[in-house]
Amino acid sequence: MAKIASFGAYVPLFRLSREEMGTAWGVPAVPGERAVANADEDSLTMAVAAGADCLAGIDPSRIDGLFFATTTAPYDEKQCAGVIAAALDMRTDINTADFTGSLRAATTALRAAADAVDSGSARNILVVAADCRLAEPESMGEQLLGDGAGAVLVSKQGSATLRAFHSIAGEQLGVWRRSDDRYIRSFEAKAETRYGYVQSAVQAGKAVLEQEGGAPGDLAKAVITAGDPLSQGGVGTSLGLSGGQLQDSLFMSVGNPGVPLVLMMLAGALGEAKAGDKLLVINNGDGADAFVVELAESFAPAIGRKGLAGHLLRRRSLPNYTAYARFRKLMKRDEVDPRGSAVTYWRDTNIVLNFHGGRCRKCGAVQYPIPRLCGECATKDQIEEVKLAKIGNVYTFTLDHLEAGQYVNVPVPRLVLDLEGGGRVFLSMTDGDPQEVKIGMPAEVVFRRLHEASSFHNYYWKCRPVPEAAS
Amino acid sequence: MGSIKDKTAIIGVGCTKFGELWEKDAEDLIVEAAFEAMEDAGVTPEDIEATWVGNLYDFTGLSGSVAAEPLKLFGKPTTRVENFCASGMDAFRNACFAVASGVYDVVLACGVEKLMDVGGSGLPVDMGHPVMRGASAPAMFALTATRCFHEFGWTREDLAHVAVKNHKNGALHPKAHFRRPITLDTALNAPMIAWPLGRFDSCAMSDGAAALVITRPEIAKQGRHKHDYALTKASALTMHAFLPMYRASFDWLGFPATQAAATRAYAEAGIKNPVEEIDLAEVHDCFTITEILNIQDLQFCKRGEGAKFVRDGHADVGGEVAVNASGGLKCFGHPIGATGCRMLCEVTKQLQGRAEGAQVKNARLGLAHNLGGPGSVCAITILGLPE
Repeated sequence: MAKIASFGAYVPLFRLSREEMGTAWGVPAVPGERAVANADEDSLTMAVAAGADCLAGIDPSRIDGLFFATTTAPYDEKQCAGVIAAALDMRTDINTADFTGSLRAATTALRAAADAVDSGSARNILVVAADCRLAEPESMGEQLLGDGAGAVLVSKQGSATLRAFHSIAGEQLGVWRRSDDRYIRSFEAKAETRYGYVQSAVQAGKAVLEQEGGAPGDLAKAVITAGDPLSQGGVGTSLGLSGGQLQDSLFMSVGNPGVPLVLMMLAGALGEAKAGDKLLVINNGDGADAFVVELAESFAPAIGRKGLAGHLLRRRSLPNYTAYARFRKLMKRDEVDPRGSAVTYWRDTNIVLNFHGGRCRKCGAVQYPIPRLCGECATKDQIEEVKLAKIGNVYTFTLDHLEAGQYVNVPVPRLVLDLEGGGRVFLSMTDGDPQEVKIGMPAEVVFRRLHEASSFHNYYWKCRPVPEAAS
Repeated sequence: MGSIKDKTAIIGVGCTKFGELWEKDAEDLIVEAAFEAMEDAGVTPEDIEATWVGNLYDFTGLSGSVAAEPLKLFGKPTTRVENFCASGMDAFRNACFAVASGVYDVVLACGVEKLMDVGGSGLPVDMGHPVMRGASAPAMFALTATRCFHEFGWTREDLAHVAVKNHKNGALHPKAHFRRPITLDTALNAPMIAWPLGRFDSCAMSDGAAALVITRPEIAKQGRHKHDYALTKASALTMHAFLPMYRASFDWLGFPATQAAATRAYAEAGIKNPVEEIDLAEVHDCFTITEILNIQDLQFCKRGEGAKFVRDGHADVGGEVAVNASGGLKCFGHPIGATGCRMLCEVTKQLQGRAEGAQVKNARLGLAHNLGGPGSVCAITILGLPE
């Protein structure tokens, strides 16, 4: 039976208090805060971040597939999973697919991955889910949503067994967005909760529990996704679960991120779980999926992974709603994009997406981008392609007020970064306070959307300060 | 390797006013500069046998027509030269080789740039790659300042001294973009462009053109400037990395392109002690930090002592080497393709004792230096008077 070999999560750095959102519009606010993706983030870049977290310490060339689940794919036509796999430096002879359209897409992908592993068509598949959804400005939905990503590595080997999958195709309108809609819509929430969400979730959960046998109290945790804590509690009660068994819905800290919620909650549960624990997972959206995760006695958390807890610890408050509005481009502004080239972007995939550099076989110098002649000793065609570390230290920097020929008030830090293990890169900094940049400061390399030149998403790398160890 | 020393002579110089010349186009500028130079030399357009024109931005695609069309140099060769901020000086350099070879007797080297027509803040930045990009010119040079602050303990005030000196000089020059002296406080309190470089650490965006008539010394001896033509003592041009930001061996404490070009130029000119022998230097102060590093790279002082050299007044007119007596790029302006030719006009006039701004007394040997890219190219020309 398929196993979970690793898991990961990603929560963008920025949080906006719901009180601030209420004040901005002069409307009541619910408690807590929501996570807000930076202006250069989208579901694809967040999926890369969660995928990288999941693959910490794991060789990406050993992965046989990548499934991406989202309702907010940056492309309506063009696969995103392939871009994510390239940014994670995976092989090209792998199975990639996007699972979209439903808030349940993450567990659809997970089940498909488990089926592929069980059938023997893949040794392992990385399932990543991310969303960056928008609700109508001023609406309560805007306060309730949040951005984030989660990932699991489904594998033949692992210490967390996936089993007892049950799916319900519970057709009801629910939450929807037509092709041309920017904001999510819903009809009558009460009816949706009672007949749509709760009914499907309980039906799927009961089916799993019946198959498993034993008492509901035997479950260490139940990962039950819900748009709000109340309905999560309702499903739990119907299944005979106590409040203490319910995994935190992230309502207060992240908001409802949509598709990735189930994987983020699962990452949270696995981060706290111990050997021998049994978890029930119920995910909803156009029906429900439910399954069990059982941890073997050998279960131990992987080293190097930030997981959900690590990402929740790392936060920075947005000062006001305007910052959120700017990040999500709620106000239409004219933007100038530089010249782009899909041909150059494709030809340089190994440099641009795989983040590979070169090492001179003669003098050993590691360099980026990959030259034909060594930049240090000028030897011709003796460069071997190497992976570059995604962490380094600032050699020198500037805080640049000129961006694409325009003066900007908040400068963009441009960092010359010496990477661990060799290679020097020049990257713009994101997610950080320009005034905190110092020579010698450690910074990590992260995947972001740079610009929209030639009307495609030009993804590339930026860097951001490495957070100080959580105290 | 051969040498250009004493083989070519500048017999005429012309330079427009630099600045925001909204009402003039490139045709106006190049015609003004070229005719002033030809008049100075006592030649006519018919005497010009070949032309080289330095130009970087606005007319890319116009090729040799940048100069041939406005000057109506039809039936003769014109070549457009593009080499970052050294485009103008590289045009001069190629013109010198053509004259020295004996193929031509009288040629024109000129440069023009019309940055006001390009629009935007700062120079257009396009490194030719969709995502692996450079940054704005101030940002690129700021990378050196940040590292030098770290290594040498320099401060923004050290940089401000360069701006104050160059504005003091430029204020005296009728053709300079800016005509006002500034104080240290003005420089230090200006808005930031790319930390640690503020507005007064950066040269302005300027329009302008400059031109030179070049021949061989034996012909110069029969012309209008028979006693005070400017002899080419050395001409060096070196390339270095296009993207130094990606080079682990690039220390950002100086520019290898300048260091190599200086070594070559001094050897060609027979200069043993630059700071003693050179009377004035027009160096590429696109940013204040660049001037300080140029002073070091040109061996006027030791590495790490450039800021002190300026602070102590050694770079003043009347100091050890008058650095940017014209006001430099900072105050005179920097129309990219024109700058190298403008510097050569300035050095020529200084040697001839007819400087339009601050005159360096008894100037016998002068140097002009361009740095482009950031540090991707350096051109150095040394000019002297005939014995």
